[in-house]
Amino acid sequence: MRISLFISCFNDTIFPETGRATVRLLERLGHTVDFPLEQTCCGQVHFNTGYRQHALELARRFVRIFGDAEVVVSPSASCAGLVRDGYVELAEESGDATFLAAVRALIPRVYELSEFLYRRLGLEDVGAYYPHRVTYHPTCHSLRAMALGDGPLRLLRAVRGIELLELRDADECCGFGGTFAVKNADTSVAILADKIRCVLDTGAEVCTAVDNSCLMQIGGGLHRQRAGVRTVHLAEILASTAERAGT
Amino acid sequence: MREPNALIPLVPFERAARDALANSQLRRNLHKATTTIRAKRAAITAELPDWEALRAAGAAIKDRTLARLDEYLIRLEESVVSAGGAVHWAADAQSANRIVTELIARHDARKVVKVKSITTDEIALNVALARSGIAAVETDLAEFIIQLAGEKSSHILVPAIHKNRSEIRELFMRKLGLAELSDRPAALAEVARRHLREHFLDARVAVSGANFAIADTGSVCVVESEGNGRMCLTLPEVLITVMGIEKVIPSWRDLEVFLQLLPRSSTGERMNPYTNLWSGVTPGDGPREFHLVLLDNGRTRVLSDAVGRQTLRCIRCSACLNVCPVYARTGGHSYGSVYPGPIGAVLTPQLVGVENAASLPFASSLCGACYQVCPVSIDIPRVLVHLRGEVVRGKTGLGALLSPERIGMRGLAWAFATARRYERAQRIARRAQKPFAKDGWIVRAPDALSAWTASRDLPAMPPQSFRDWWRANR
Repeated sequence: MRISLFISCFNDTIFPETGRATVRLLERLGHTVDFPLEQTCCGQVHFNTGYRQHALELARRFVRIFGDAEVVVSPSASCAGLVRDGYVELAEESGDATFLAAVRALIPRVYELSEFLYRRLGLEDVGAYYPHRVTYHPTCHSLRAMALGDGPLRLLRAVRGIELLELRDADECCGFGGTFAVKNADTSVAILADKIRCVLDTGAEVCTAVDNSCLMQIGGGLHRQRAGVRTVHLAEILASTAERAGT
Repeated sequence: MREPNALIPLVPFERAARDALANSQLRRNLHKATTTIRAKRAAITAELPDWEALRAAGAAIKDRTLARLDEYLIRLEESVVSAGGAVHWAADAQSANRIVTELIARHDARKVVKVKSITTDEIALNVALARSGIAAVETDLAEFIIQLAGEKSSHILVPAIHKNRSEIRELFMRKLGLAELSDRPAALAEVARRHLREHFLDARVAVSGANFAIADTGSVCVVESEGNGRMCLTLPEVLITVMGIEKVIPSWRDLEVFLQLLPRSSTGERMNPYTNLWSGVTPGDGPREFHLVLLDNGRTRVLSDAVGRQTLRCIRCSACLNVCPVYARTGGHSYGSVYPGPIGAVLTPQLVGVENAASLPFASSLCGACYQVCPVSIDIPRVLVHLRGEVVRGKTGLGALLSPERIGMRGLAWAFATARRYERAQRIARRAQKPFAKDGWIVRAPDALSAWTASRDLPAMPPQSFRDWWRANR
């Protein structure tokens, strides 16, 4: 399958290893990966902060770039979720029927990475090897907006060498919430404190998820406390093999 | 002088929350109470195989009613009047308070007993009554505690959720002049019971809220747990019910759906202990006079917004408060409105205008837990984001246009508009972070990001972006 990768501005700039891992994984599974260099940002920051006009402009841009793709895969549940739900809202609001039709036509071809693997390709075992103690945090957007269910966990269970540890109160928010983390920093950190306690209680050395934004919140808190637990995107675990093990 | 509006926050949420978060006793009380109710709700809703169908039915009934609200309200008025009651229309808080005060004055009463009346908190009825020399006695146990403490409710269903047993014990001892009192719930309830009994027996007028009103028959419904409501609703000679206009439902068949949704969502019970229903007045049984005050107070404004109007489906169960990661830590007072939590964050700004509660739509991480539990499927995150748009659109002054956030967002949008600008911005950002980054982390960031690094480290941008790697390797 010819896969168009939507990396997200966030991963592109701050977490490029997630992008490289996604490419390695998808190519290992026999697919062709295309990265349209014109892509920038899906508009989530603008949309969630109330700057709808800017979000609409970026939505139009996204649809122009990815409109003809066979499938679009993104290692970010919240960005994929925005395309799926937010773009319809923006298109309806704009009153532009042609754009709305283009959004509706594109949405069924847009996937979050783990969703693509286990729903579209029907995979659980992707041949990964990752000999570490890991706990999985289901991010709010992956759980509630994208309804990924236990898909990411199934993929993790099939990884060789991994020791999966269950996270208490897993479905609770980590407190990130985009600009919420800065606008309401005190509340954001109060929520994070409980998430960190649950992560530490598992005894894991790695906390993983399908959104680097949430992992930046959790990892930023863990690193400040020198807690000795690192955050790693799911793509990097699934890309890791016995021949080329990831950290 | 105008009274402070009970819906308008005096300080922005983020400021009020800072104080609440530092209160360890409050944090403990909230954590214990919200996790307990949350678990009960989850277990009891899981019992019903058709829970999702019930939620859909609840939403559909409310939407159908709201679409023809004028017709249903007129039908309700006709039904109440033909059952021997009277109906009064109040456009806003002042007019509702005037109507209620005049009705009480007409009976020469100096005291009223009250129950189930967050709507009367919304219009600050007690303050208006006090100004006319009328004492309002709250009879719901938690409302009674709050009134005794001179505080405000912090939860839609459990107004005293921020207090624990020993705090209530101390309050009772101090305010009711008791030398000895245990903190067992039964002992605390007994004190309130004895105190309130006397008021029930000698009050001639009662004021209540309403959970539902049935247009077909004019029947009004109040659900409760204590039985104090039943005494309020049946003992006094005159009953005045203040109800938001969105509480009307068409028929008894519709009530069946809500009487399943409400107790399971609010207290985590299959059925609430007391379900009170009455239609007008019945000679020789209950109040001799019944007045229904129908309150708008901003609701028709909410109704006119295609995205926001789903907020009016709300049946005040408060399930969204109990699952909210923000509410569970900041408590209700931080919201600065009678309506706290996720539903308050969408209802309050719509009732009073977003410009009067601009911080509330941002008081959420958009985690979606509220939407998942809402018994009438209000998409609270969607309405929050919609209202954020309204806040941004409404701020048109020079100060707002030159605010760092506005300039930052415009700058980002400008950079994201072409790949060339975006890549240039990436390079500039990587250079700009140099003085702050060490060993791959930024420990102290400037400006807006300093709020992040106050308690979290920030990963630094690596030297090579993904797209640079792609260009070099593919």
